[in-house]
Amino acid sequence: MTSKKKITVAVSGLNNIDSPGPGIPVIRALKESEHFDVRIIGLSYETLEPGLYMRDLVDKSYSIPLPSSGIASLLERLKYIQEMEGIQVIIPNFDAELHSFIKLAPQLKSDFGIETFLPSQEQFESRHKSVLYEFGEENGVKVPYSKMIFSAAEIPALKNEFSYPLVIKGKYYDASIAATSEQATNYFHKISAKWGLPIIVQEFVSGNEVNVTAIGDGKGNCIGAVPMRKLYITDKGKAWAGVSLDDQQLIEITNRVIGNSKWKGGCELEFIKTKDGEYYLLEMNPRFPAWVYLAVGCGQNHPEALVRMALGEDVKPFETYDIGKLFVRYSFDQIVDLSDFERISTLGEL
Amino acid sequence: MQINKNIAISDSGFIFNPSSGDSFSTNQVGLDIIRLMKEGKKNEEIISEIVAKFSIDESTVEKDLGDFSLMLRSYQLLNEND
Amino acid sequence: MSKLPYERPFIQKLNTGSMNKFGTKTEFAPVTHLDGVAVKQISEEYGSPCFVISERQIRRNYQNAVRAFKTRYPKVQFAWSYKTNYLSAVCNVFHQEGSWAEVVSIFEYKKALQNGVEGNKIIFNGPDKSLEDLKLAVENNSLIHIDHFDELYMLVGLLEGGKQKARVAIRVNMDTGIYPMWDRFGFNYENGQAWNAIIKILAHKELELVGLHCHIGTYMLSANAYATAAYKLCDLALAIKAKYGQAIQYLDLGGGFASSNTLKGSYLQGADIIPSIDDYAEAITSTVLNSNFPQDELPTIILESGRVLIDDAAWLIGSVIATKRLSDGRRATIMDFGVNLLFNAFWYDYKISPAQEFTHHMEDMVIYGPLCMNIDCIRENINLPLLNKGDQVVVHKVGAYNMTQWMQFIQMRPKIVMVDMEGKTHLLRESESLDTMMVLERMPDHLKKIK
Repeated sequence: MTSKKKITVAVSGLNNIDSPGPGIPVIRALKESEHFDVRIIGLSYETLEPGLYMRDLVDKSYSIPLPSSGIASLLERLKYIQEMEGIQVIIPNFDAELHSFIKLAPQLKSDFGIETFLPSQEQFESRHKSVLYEFGEENGVKVPYSKMIFSAAEIPALKNEFSYPLVIKGKYYDASIAATSEQATNYFHKISAKWGLPIIVQEFVSGNEVNVTAIGDGKGNCIGAVPMRKLYITDKGKAWAGVSLDDQQLIEITNRVIGNSKWKGGCELEFIKTKDGEYYLLEMNPRFPAWVYLAVGCGQNHPEALVRMALGEDVKPFETYDIGKLFVRYSFDQIVDLSDFERISTLGEL
Repeated sequence: MQINKNIAISDSGFIFNPSSGDSFSTNQVGLDIIRLMKEGKKNEEIISEIVAKFSIDESTVEKDLGDFSLMLRSYQLLNEND
Repeated sequence: MSKLPYERPFIQKLNTGSMNKFGTKTEFAPVTHLDGVAVKQISEEYGSPCFVISERQIRRNYQNAVRAFKTRYPKVQFAWSYKTNYLSAVCNVFHQEGSWAEVVSIFEYKKALQNGVEGNKIIFNGPDKSLEDLKLAVENNSLIHIDHFDELYMLVGLLEGGKQKARVAIRVNMDTGIYPMWDRFGFNYENGQAWNAIIKILAHKELELVGLHCHIGTYMLSANAYATAAYKLCDLALAIKAKYGQAIQYLDLGGGFASSNTLKGSYLQGADIIPSIDDYAEAITSTVLNSNFPQDELPTIILESGRVLIDDAAWLIGSVIATKRLSDGRRATIMDFGVNLLFNAFWYDYKISPAQEFTHHMEDMVIYGPLCMNIDCIRENINLPLLNKGDQVVVHKVGAYNMTQWMQFIQMRPKIVMVDMEGKTHLLRESESLDTMMVLERMPDHLKKIK
């Protein structure tokens, strides 16, 4: 056996709680790499992110400033961390931080020699909820018809374009199904009070939810894709358990979306499969999902592939995956010394 | 009014209150004041010790100590009964 | 043994939530100099608070904006938006650089004339132009941007039967996919109002339709909206050409480019999300170039940018009057400047930096101004190093709309200073005094005595 290449990778999203971030699953995948002997640097936003204390997975951790404090302060912090650690690749895993890392990517490479493997700003924005319909049209995938509205006064006229029921969605979160225009008005006010304007009105599509975790090479190739159906969900709607599916049509659609959009990096595609066997794309998340480790379990180590591509290696697309593999999520109480909590709280390092 | 005797203080300015589970951070002057309080020193003694150690006048320390005590009380680090 | 430096005692509960403190590093650096001049020196000489404007930064901003457009499009003209900052010295820096004047009242109009701007290089915008105002503008051959039909008819009435001609444009409002849509100014594109106004103007030979104008909003975060606006103006211009054979000389895209200030309620920092001037320039120029104008009839693109050219060229120096503790335990810092000087604090979370060295401890605080009025709050929540009475701070990027929207309320307004290209300071505006205020007041005889 050839010796594995030693590398240092920084990973965020260590919030491995009941609604987990993808950080720890990504780290597990990297620790099991056949190519790399990986030292993991954890990047955390909060003092109680469980990953901070998982010393067998995370070798060293640093707190980093929230995206709201600006790119300049993030860069300043990364500069300090880099002086200590010599990171080769960073894998950001939070939606809210991606904007900053995408903007910083060229500078991280030129100034610090840190590689990333992220979608471009245009790709990142092209799959935003508010423009997903156009994204679908461009990439040959059905998306429930949707429209942005700015005032409840626009609701009566919706019947010209939609039939009830329809979905009223917030800009970032929240969605409710309205059966009448009165209900729609009601949800409009409720959701806009919480998330602001605009409100997205979406055609209601019924069927089964199926998800795909995938990775693109940025040149039009889908390197890997594993479809999954949630078997059980938590009260927050997150997957508790799921199973890998044999669904060639879904793989084809995924290949088309990733290939056509030249998607670069990991992503999660959420679909509804209707009774007639049609697939509608509901959402595209621009990073690995928290269940990405299922892909590893099925024989496709997506995080490892991402690191290899980030380091400039040529990666051939995975051709198979195991069907009928399950993931069953569990939680686990770690015992932590106060002194560890003190160190991350006062020094910002652990 | 006294500082709770069982709070743990470390040199880094990390404070842990074992009876409430809360933790705090403080600066050097705050750390000194809390230690002096733990030793049972009165306000006047605390002020003169701070004035002796730091380059500052008495009335500023008096004002700041008043404000600091207010914060300690609001964080339930001071024992009201004494 | 020498004594240690003192810092007031400070304790904060460690929330398991956000962390902003990383060991001994903070994200702040003291701002001790503005454009090379010490803050201390400025406040000793001119007092506190005091606005400081950088001539160098204004010229840099202007030249960068001109470069962004001129490298993409042959005919570009900027017109300085007076309302953004009509301090004459500021206007003249722009005029020296080649900028025209864009005014929205007779006061601004006369100021531009006084500054030496030629009448034919003044764009007269806005909904409020009286008959006398229009007369003056016509005499000076200025560009009159008509806002509504009442103005149009008034202008027709003024010129009818005479020999004078007026050079006019109409302001067009339109849906560019952004919210809110500014439909209160000008004539609507989508419902045909703008076209009606155009037909009316073309029917009167005293009116020469030279341009089309729009101004789609302010602090626009989408460069794409300008592409839509430019497309619709091009569409109108080409329709005029096709139907009446008349070429439109210029398209005025107005202003509204965002500066790097952070809007209240924005999760991300302004500097991280705003389009660059090149993004706006690309959206506008590529749209016009891709329209079907014959090469010799390409319209001039006029821009009335204000905010983006001046915001980061000015600072406000201020001082801490007092620090106190609010009933809920929050720290409050009272400054010698408030919303009386920083009107835009109602929309912006202004960045504030200490002007002297500080220790690494930070605390959350509210920043209040000196007014005895509850509304006088500059930052509802900001994390800053420990500040003490007498400490100085610098508020960043205050050049736009503050020195024009400030109010003489409770306090009098302070001095405005400019740092020139050589690093020399000049007083641009005196601080107000009781006498300044009393110049305009009149006292009826029977109220002169109070005893």
